Parts: sequence; C-alpha cells; structure tokens
Amino acid sequence: MAEMIEINQVEKHYGAFRALGPVSAGIAEGEFFSLLGPSGCGKTTLLRLIGGFDEPTVGSISIAGMDMSGKPANMRPTNMVFQSYAIFPHLNVSENVAYGLKRLRLGREEERRRVDQALSQVELSGLGPRMGNQLSGGQRQRVALARALVMRPKVLLLDEPLSALDKKLREQMQVELRHLQRQIGITFVLVTHDQYEALAMSDRIAVMFGGEISQIATPKDIYQSPLSRQVADFLGGMNFLTAGNIATAGEQFSADIPGIGKVTGKLAAGTDTSTAPVIGIRPERLRIVWEGESADPVISGKVADRHYFGEVTNLAVEIEGQEKRLSVVETNDFGADDIPIGSPVRLTYDKDAFVYMPN
Amino acid sequence: MRGSSIRKGVVTAYVALYVAILYFPVLLLPVFSVNDSATPKLPLTGFTLKWYSGLASNETMHSAAWNSLLVGVSAALLSTILGICAARAITRHQFTGKGVASGLIMAPLILPEIIIAISLLVVLLSVGIELSLLTVILGHLLICVPYSVTVLVSGFEGFDPSMEEASRDLGETTWGTLRRVTLPMLAPSIISSLLVTFTISLDEFILAFFLSGTEPTLPVYIWGQLRFAAKLPNVLALGSVMIAASLVMLTVAEIVRRRAEARTAAKTE
Repeated sequence: MAEMIEINQVEKHYGAFRALGPVSAGIAEGEFFSLLGPSGCGKTTLLRLIGGFDEPTVGSISIAGMDMSGKPANMRPTNMVFQSYAIFPHLNVSENVAYGLKRLRLGREEERRRVDQALSQVELSGLGPRMGNQLSGGQRQRVALARALVMRPKVLLLDEPLSALDKKLREQMQVELRHLQRQIGITFVLVTHDQYEALAMSDRIAVMFGGEISQIATPKDIYQSPLSRQVADFLGGMNFLTAGNIATAGEQFSADIPGIGKVTGKLAAGTDTSTAPVIGIRPERLRIVWEGESADPVISGKVADRHYFGEVTNLAVEIEGQEKRLSVVETNDFGADDIPIGSPVRLTYDKDAFVYMPN
Repeated sequence: MRGSSIRKGVVTAYVALYVAILYFPVLLLPVFSVNDSATPKLPLTGFTLKWYSGLASNETMHSAAWNSLLVGVSAALLSTILGICAARAITRHQFTGKGVASGLIMAPLILPEIIIAISLLVVLLSVGIELSLLTVILGHLLICVPYSVTVLVSGFEGFDPSMEEASRDLGETTWGTLRRVTLPMLAPSIISSLLVTFTISLDEFILAFFLSGTEPTLPVYIWGQLRFAAKLPNVLALGSVMIAASLVMLTVAEIVRRRAEARTAAKTE
C-alpha cells in the first residue's frame, strides 16, 4: 500500500519548549492508525499538525504525495472529528452536515443526496431537522462524523472522539468506527489515551512519550513485544522481575530469575540490546496450577492479596527471591475468586512468555 | 427561628427603602410632565398634554435628538466592531504586550471623564480639527469600547474555539468562518454590546458638552434648557419620553438577545 501521510522529522516548539519531535512516520492508505500516549505526550499536537491547524516548526508533512507546508486546514484533504465535536448549535443536523458542501456548490439535489447518505452512514437518518444543541452525546459524535465524512476526505482525523461517551456506548462506537473505516476504506488517524481503544481498533499504533514516538507496530506486536519498559508499562500490566545473568545470543535471550529459575525467550525484532535490560511477564501469562494438575515448570508462592473484577480475579503472589509480588490475572471459572489470602499457590507459564525490554 | 424572621423583615424593609429612594425621583418625572403648572410643585393642579405638544413643534430639540441618535448609533456600531476585533485577539491569540494592550483599552473606564474631555479638546483644537458630531462620536468611542470588549470577551470565552477550527477544517475561509460561525455564535453578546454602548452614548454629557461644537446632543440641549425655568415642564416631558423609549428598546433587545442565546447555547447535560 502507498503511503498516504508522510511525517518527516517534524518538530513543534512553543517558545523554548519543544512539545513534539523530532518524529517521523509513514501512514498507509486505508490504514487505521492510532497515536497512543499519556496526556502531554504530543499526540494531539501531531494530529493538529496533520490537520493543518498548526504549522511544524521543523520538518514537513505530506499527504497523498503533496507537501502540506503552508497549507491551512481548509486546503487539505483531511477532515477532523473534534474532541468536543464542535457541532454548530445554531444550525440543525442537516445544516451541520451540509456546512462544508455549501462551498462546493453542488446544486441542491446533489447536496441533499450526500447529506442523506452521510446521515444514513452514521445511522442518524431522520434526525436532519433536529437543532445542534438538542442532541445527546452519542448523537453529536455521529453528526461530527457525518459532517467530516460527507466531505469525502482522503484522511479522517479523530481527536479522542470517544472519551466523552459512557463505557457501553464507547465500546459500541469502537466497533462501529472500525466497521465504518473498513467499509469506506479511507485512512483514519485516531488520537487516544485509552490503550484498549487503540488495541481494539487500529491496524497500527504509534506509542508516544514526551513528544516522541517510542514504537510503531501492530496492536499485537505492541502488546506482546514492547520495545521498551515504558511502552510495556503503558499498555496493560507487566511484572518487571529481579533478574541476573541476562544474556543475548542471536535472536534469543536468557536470564536467571530468583524464585523462577533460568528462563529463555525470543528477542523482539528491533530490540535495542545496548542498554541495560529488564525481564518481564504479563499477568495473564501466569496461570494457577490447581490441585491434582501437574505442570512444568512450576513456581511456588503465597497469595498475598486478591481483587475481584467480575470476569477475572487479580492475585498478588509472593514468591521467594522476588522483591515485588507477582501480579496474576486468572479467569474465574476455576475458582480463583475463592482462593483464601495467605494460602500457598503454584503457578506455571508458557516458555515464550517472558519479554526482554531495554529499561 | 424568630431571629431569622426579624432579620428577614429588616432586609426586606431596607431593600424597599433603597429601591424607593433610587426610583421615586424618576417616577416624579412623568407625573409632573402632565401637570398643568409651570413649576414642578405639589399639589398637582390639573392634567395637561401641552408640554408634550410643545415638544412636537420644537425644532431645536428635534435636531438635538437626531444628533444624539446619529452619535449613539455610530458609536455603538463602531465600538462593537472594534470590540469584536479586540476581544477576538485577547481570547484567541497569544502576543507580546497583550496585557498592556488590554489595560490601555480599559483605562478610560477609570480615568475621570472631564480629564479625557479636556485633553481631547486641547489636542483636537491644536491639531486644527473642527468640533462636530464626528468628534463627539470619537470621544464616545473611547468610553464605549471598554464596555464592548468586556461583553464580547465573555462572549468569545463562552464558545468553543474548535467550532471555528471545524469551520476551517470543512473548507471555509477566515471571512466565511466569521460570517457563518463566529458572528451567529456571538449574536447575544453583539446585541448586548450595541445596547450598552448606545445607552452610554445617548446620555453621555461631559464629552458631548466639550466636543460637540455647534451641534448639541440631547443631554447638552437639556442642560441648556435648564437655565430657563419656563422650559422645565418641556424638559420633564422630554425626559419621560426618553424613559419610555429606553424601556421599549431594552425590552425588545432583551427578547432578541434571549432568542439568539437559546439558539446558540450548547446543551448542558
């Protein structure tokens, strides 16, 4: 696939403060690309640079092969869904959606057809005459989406579009947005601080910290093969272990972990082995060995704490040689929610479950 | 319980007295304006409308009223336009000297008006500009702009800047965005600004007195009439008309403003 957006050594300074960069990235045509990171990491700044609301201090951005330097938002083939939705309250839903079409002078019939089509795409048919200030949060989000899509942009930019919705609606919209993106096939660039949102929707994710991109990869690679401790820590839980004799050879690493033993694993492609590493394991990759079961290898420990989360239980397990308790996530179908605090427990893991990360 | 009801009674009495002292003199105006006596004194002697009919044929008064209207409308429009520009710069942009600039805009509010009037007079005369309604308009602009800016800054702060960005994003130009989003969103504040500045200009006396030359505005005309005791009932009639006009104008403007506000207010959930 051709690159739709090319971000080339872009920096954004505010006075002496460098808010962003340097960052470089390529976003493919038809890709669902997410910028994920904590607040203040520069993800929204980058999105605004792509949309043309700000100009980069250094570097350039090109969209569909054209350099966008000096082109304001109204001259770019991008449209944005704003975090606040920015629905015009003095216009009704149809007028909101038709806002950008007015300048194209399509003729009344064609304009109406495209508005109706956009409204049906976001399942708001029939809501046209409703005023912009009489909509629910979910409806406003859909109007914002229709208003952007009706312009037939090459790239749709979404600035935390789901953060104002309640959990149930947010999950439903995640599915719908993903579905919509596949259906119309244009490039989506989503800004979010919600790791699950990014994992569930994206083709690729760029994880950002302190104004820079730490890693760009598919959701699965980001989660399973994080290239730094920071990325691993931001996406889900991770047990960082006390370890000795960490060594790498080719694509393999090995380490001695007190309380667990000698472990080996595969280095993720692109791992930086020049800095001090840390070894970790995701909480759900540790499993309880129930009575009567046999397993190899086995870690022995003691349940120190227990938190019930409905479908899963989170156990804190003390093992000898490890300063920090191991976090273990276990589904509740075998009774993990009933294990008494203080009781001994045996754990096992898959051989490839350990992760090597630059600290 | 008892203590609180006594306190409530005291507060009510205080408020009643306060309102009475504030508005009683104003109420006397229409009463004496229909009294059949050349001096505003009790007891009332009889009902008449002759002071009002006297107004209708008074051409000097008509031209003063026309001058005031001209000055008021011009000052209100110019002040609101300048206010929109200043308020937009203050709320939407960061620039060096912003604090100083907004301070200077607000300064006429605290400067004694007579000082402003005399300084303006001295400068205008030394530069050789003749006194006219235009100089009055400029003077009024100085004291009206701070009010416009105050009203419009809160208007700009009340609406989400991403709406203007959304308009740009949807292909609209800067001017198109101003026309299709910013001005409609600001309509309530613009109406308030026009109203406030028109009212300020209409009854402003000191600047108008110093700067109007041979074309008096209504307050300057009224002040001139007060020297003749016989004209007092006419002035009272004129004052009553002005009160009535103000009330009508205020009511209409408030209705329009509320409509505009209901249209632009974001839904609060």
